[in-house]
Order: sequence, then C-alpha cells, then structure tokens
Amino acid sequence: MLARRIIPCLDVAGGRVVKGVNFVDLRDAGDPVEVARRYDEQGADELTFLDITASSDERGTLLSMVESVAAQVFIPLTVGGGVRTVADVRALLNAGADKVSINTAAVQSPEFVQEAAGRYGSQCIVVAVDAKRVPGTPDDAPRWEVFTHGGRRATGLDALEWGRRMQASGAGEILLTSMDRDGTRVGFDLALTRAFSDSLSIPIIASGGVGSIGDMVEGVTLGHADAVLAASIFHYGQHTVGEVKRAMAAAGVEVRL
Amino acid sequence: MTIAVVDYGMGNLRSVAKALEHVADGVPVVVTDDPGVIASADRVVFPGQGAMRDCMRELQARGLRTAVIEAAASRPFLGICIGLQMLFEHSEEADTPGLSVLEGQVIRFPDAAMVDAAGARLKVPHMGWNEVHQSEAHPMWHGIPDATRFYFVHSYFPQPARPELVAGYSHYPFPFCCAVARGNLFAVQFHPEKSHRAGLQLLANFVRWDVRTGTLTEGTTCS
Repeated sequence: MLARRIIPCLDVAGGRVVKGVNFVDLRDAGDPVEVARRYDEQGADELTFLDITASSDERGTLLSMVESVAAQVFIPLTVGGGVRTVADVRALLNAGADKVSINTAAVQSPEFVQEAAGRYGSQCIVVAVDAKRVPGTPDDAPRWEVFTHGGRRATGLDALEWGRRMQASGAGEILLTSMDRDGTRVGFDLALTRAFSDSLSIPIIASGGVGSIGDMVEGVTLGHADAVLAASIFHYGQHTVGEVKRAMAAAGVEVRL
Repeated sequence: MTIAVVDYGMGNLRSVAKALEHVADGVPVVVTDDPGVIASADRVVFPGQGAMRDCMRELQARGLRTAVIEAAASRPFLGICIGLQMLFEHSEEADTPGLSVLEGQVIRFPDAAMVDAAGARLKVPHMGWNEVHQSEAHPMWHGIPDATRFYFVHSYFPQPARPELVAGYSHYPFPFCCAVARGNLFAVQFHPEKSHRAGLQLLANFVRWDVRTGTLTEGTTCS
C-alpha cells in the first residue's frame, strides 16, 4: 500500500541553504546539492525548498540552484516562495522542480491556482495554507483563519473553507502550516491537520511545530496527514529521516524503508 | 546511438532527460519535438504529465502522432505516466481517445472503492511511494527486487484488454496495472525518474535493453 511521506524542508536564500530563528540570524547551512543528497541518502521521500528571500532579482539564483539539485537528486522536489505568475511556475518546472508551492499569490488571486493547474496539471500545484486558530468561537468548535506574508497578514478567510476552494480550483495537494505551532517544537496542531485531512480528498502535508520523532508519528496516526514536513529536527542533526521512518513503522504506519 | 525524449510541450521533461543522462554512460539524450529525430533515434522515451486531453492535442498539433506510433512498433520504447495512458484506446479523463497502440481503457480510481481495510478514506490523486509487484520476469526489472516502491502521482490507471500485457501491478486499495510490456514496448504508470535508485536502475535497464534477444547488454548494475 501507499507509504506516508517524510519531507525535510530546506530554507534557501541567495542559492544557499540557510538556517536561523524566525527569519533572523540566518546562517549558512550548506550547499543545496550536498544537503539534498544527505537527506536523499537518509531516505527522504521528497524535498521541499522554500525561497525565503523571494525577491525578483534572486530568481535566477534560485533557478540555477533547482537545476543543480534536480540533475543529481532523483526524488520529487517542491519549490516555493514568491511564486506569483504562470511564468514563475513554468520557469521552476523547466529548471527541474516537480511541484511548486503557491501561498500568498493564491489568496491575492485564486484564479491563478486554477490557471496554473489547468496549464501544468494538478499534480504539480501545491497550495500552502498558513492557518491560525481563531479564539473564542461561540460553539467552541475550533476554527482557523488563513494568514499570508509569512504569517503576518490576516485574510479573514476560514482556513477549511479556503482549503476546499483550493481543492476545487485544482490544487493537487495542501501544505498545511499551523502558525500557532510553527517554531514552537511542541508538535503539530493535530485538530487542524485532522480537520483538513478528513474533509479534503487531496493529500495533506502537515507542517509547523515538530520537536520530536513522536510529533511526526502523531501527525500521521492522530492528525491523519498523508505526509509530514519538518525542518529543524533534521537540520541540527537531532534526528535522521531513517530514525523517523523506523519509529513510524514501529507505530504501524506504512513507510518506505 | 541516441535516446529521444518526445517533447510535446507538456510536463517536466527535464527530469526524465536528466535521469536518463545520469545512467546513459555518455549515450546522447535528445529532448525533441522533431518527428525526424524521433524516427532516427535508437530508443524512444514517451513521458507525460498533466491532463490527457491537452497531451493528445499537443501531440497532434506538433505532428508527432505518427512518429510515436511508429517508434512504439519498432524500437525500444518506454512510456511514462500519461505517456503510458496515451498508448491505450481511450481514457475516461475528459472522454479522450488515445493512440490505440495497446488495447484497453484508462479509468479513474472510482470514488466508491477508495476506502482502506480500516475503513479510512483514500486520497485521489494516488500520490507517493507504492510497492510495484512484478507479474513476469522482464529485462526491464533486472536488479529491482519484487515489491520495490516507486513514486506515483496520478488519478487514472490503465485496464489492458488482455491480461498478458500486464508486467506489474500495485495496490490502491485494489490491485491495478502499473506496468505493461509487449515486444519492444514497456510502459509504466509511476515515475522512474523520481524513484531514487530503483527508478534509475529501471532507466539503466532501458538504455541497455536488447529487444531482439530479450536481454541486457553489458554494464547493467546502476550504482
């Protein structure tokens, strides 16, 4: 049967992998090809690159980085950050990305997702949803709102409604990040993950909050995620992808070992 | 010797070409939309991504239909994903006629059947790594253990009219055909170019597949 996917996420800036805390104090964490190869060797099922600078003058650098990685690492690659036009999508796919992740631009112009999926197929369009809990709803049922611009700007959109709409627009997958949990290392927002996974028919990648192997296992067993994404637990050498997979297998989760 | 990757303007051909170059031992890999180049290539790879109707339309518009049908009948030929689906007579996706190189239909994972043994709903597209069971010994499976996982991303799958076409199958949640073989033709629903070592091994096998003897030429193990 189909395996649940483990996806290391790499932040890139200026064509290099970087690490930092909350976008400040960025430190060089290596050559993208070397880092990608290391995770590939560990058994990563896919890799996601997020361009955190995403300024237009650096697009060329990003594209040549994607080219070098794609020429040497033969697993699916997703690239996101500043994807705003069909031309951006085409350039990334031509450079060797298999999927592109669209976030802010989807909110600004929902037709863009439909256009990109219509042109290049749903299989390569990932819509990233940054969701934050809405406090104090009267019936106590949890609700989440969509944020953009790296979690700084509220949109007023109900996250689950938005997810359904993006699915209808042709998104092939949702990269779901809990803004409440991002960077906290206390685990996924499992209620959020489960709400999305149980009500959408496309795969959900859970993101935001992983601090331990157990958090990743719970993302699948309790959150019902199809894939789990994490950054810091891999980057700082705390755990390998293989360790996460063995823990998942021990918990009865189907993985590619 | 050259390997032609058929370019009809759809999907990520670069991945396929890069992976082939990686295993081709210096054999030139040409991404081309020129029917003449396809006709003179020794081996032909027919990839595909996106919507079947658009793929068929582009193939037609670029005058590649005949070149592909001719290659599929005469030389080592590898179809990938939509490249496999287009070889059949018809797809349910937007009710699209295919090239009719192979007898059979392409159908969508039926909603009603998409529930696993524990009663949980299964997602469509079928996206990720799944086990591929080999229905028969074939040079293209050389060095690849049975039930090895390959990377899939698709919502439709082939139903060959004749069971002897099936070279491999997978489960989601029922068994479905994910590889077909006939003479000089081999086609897969999964993406070997994205399937890590096993995928590169399959592509290396293709580069060295001698269809007359049904064996591989020298140097068949992919590092």
